[in-house]
Amino acid sequence: MSNALSKVKMPYLLLMPGFIFLFTFFILPIVNLAQTSTQTPIVGGDTGQYEQTLHFANYLNAFTENKEQFARSFVFALCATVLALAIAYPLAYAIAFKAGKLKNLLLVLVVAPFFVSFLLRTIAWKQILGEEGFVIPTLRNLGIISQSTTLTSTSFAVVMGMTYNFLPFMTLPLYASLERIDPRTMEASGDLYANGITTFRKVTLPLSMPGVVAGTLLTFIPAAGDYVNAAILGSPNTKMIGNVIESRYFKIVDYPTAAALSFTLMAAILILVTIYIRKAGTEELV
Amino acid sequence: MNKQKDASIPTIPTKARLSRWFGRNLIRIYAVFGFTYLFIPVLYTFAFSFNDSGKSNLIWKGFTLNNWKNPCGAPEVCSALGNSIKIGLLATTFSTILGTMIAFAIGRYAFKGRSTSNLLIFLPMATPEIVLGASLLSLFLVFHINPGFWPTVIAHVMFCISFVVVTVKARIASLDPRLEQAAMDLYANELETFRRVTLPLVAPGIAGAALLAFSLSFDDFIITNFNSGTLTTFPKFVYVSAARGIPAQANVIGSGMFILALLIVIAGQFVGRKVKVSK
Repeated sequence: MSNALSKVKMPYLLLMPGFIFLFTFFILPIVNLAQTSTQTPIVGGDTGQYEQTLHFANYLNAFTENKEQFARSFVFALCATVLALAIAYPLAYAIAFKAGKLKNLLLVLVVAPFFVSFLLRTIAWKQILGEEGFVIPTLRNLGIISQSTTLTSTSFAVVMGMTYNFLPFMTLPLYASLERIDPRTMEASGDLYANGITTFRKVTLPLSMPGVVAGTLLTFIPAAGDYVNAAILGSPNTKMIGNVIESRYFKIVDYPTAAALSFTLMAAILILVTIYIRKAGTEELV
Repeated sequence: MNKQKDASIPTIPTKARLSRWFGRNLIRIYAVFGFTYLFIPVLYTFAFSFNDSGKSNLIWKGFTLNNWKNPCGAPEVCSALGNSIKIGLLATTFSTILGTMIAFAIGRYAFKGRSTSNLLIFLPMATPEIVLGASLLSLFLVFHINPGFWPTVIAHVMFCISFVVVTVKARIASLDPRLEQAAMDLYANELETFRRVTLPLVAPGIAGAALLAFSLSFDDFIITNFNSGTLTTFPKFVYVSAARGIPAQANVIGSGMFILALLIVIAGQFVGRKVKVSK
């Protein structure tokens, strides 16, 4: 009897410490953020002092003022996700099916750049693509780009930086789901006279969908909220919503607008993610 | 000219052979390009760690080993590294313990609220870092807690837990339940089964999760920037000094961490293989 009872209690006991932690430091802050987002400055108060007035117009103002940055964040994140998928899929495929003994080593190499701080690597890109780097003079000498074209401080550089930084997040889930595919299913498809492309389209790709979904989410979500790549590789013309939130917090001390923007970003991402997971038809991640 | 002649005899023409080789190895060639893309900035960082650059490490000025001999030569760089390591170790320990417990609960038991639990684990991963960082900072400000060392540790534990749960859960799901049944058949009680069968089998997953947690914590900038106040971590040091030029010592530390991590992972693989063989 007591054994059965403890069996019922066991999962809750295991969950409790972690969930108390997550409740205090994840749920509570989000609720608090929602609360901050409708505040207005105290009349006659110092900078950074706000009171609750349920001023929902904060959302409208925050959104209309920063429409452009919102749109740019989602477009950039989408571009980076598509590019990362295009680069990571063949990479993960090669590691899963063509690497032989090198499999584990190559897998480690995908994660290894993580350990050189991502900021150092992003700044390295800035210098490689910058005026003093070797790419610009070479391209100019070959006449591929004109003398005045630059690569840094452009949308191209920001998207490239994001693609680069989130590539491991895309590659690992893809590899995990590709690796699980039984090669015999592909052989069977070949035996049934499917050519390489048909086998890929009808067998390999559908079986790897959980990896595609997980990888695209793990790339898209952080990319949409990123501000570091835009800050280092971009210019004032390539500001993303993350840059706006950051400066509202630290430079302008406008907490309600920052909160409203954060909340809008989070809601937009959650809606997109939910639709995407429904469409892609996988429950594996959640 | 010779090849032109060869083509007339009925063997596979060079061009066709070349294109066939290309077709068969296309994916490998592609992978080589992928890895090149991944490693260009790593190699750049490594190369410039040997630059005799003085204060700003922008232009190649000559080879030197001085930066490697004296990695703490630049002001603040080593205290920032120390902070990052301390925060990383603490965050890894707490998030691995809490996350592993959750993973066992979700992976091993059917209970009321399981799908809600899954959702609670998924949500922090679906929230952009900037929102996590900003909301936590607001909470600390409400309770008049100054940003600094412990708030940063708490923030890191918070975002690492989900990744630990997902990693360990995957390992638990891949276990063969018959192994535990066998242990029970051999009169091991639940605790013994857990300690001598389940835990050792899940251990590689836990180790992987801990490594992941450490690397996420060590490399985090956005959430740290919000919650660390005046405390400097290594990524923060790099970001702040980017404006006036990053000292080559930062490159030394980045490259050093890279080499260290590679060694740890390779050693781990080696140990893993030995364990397998001895079984």
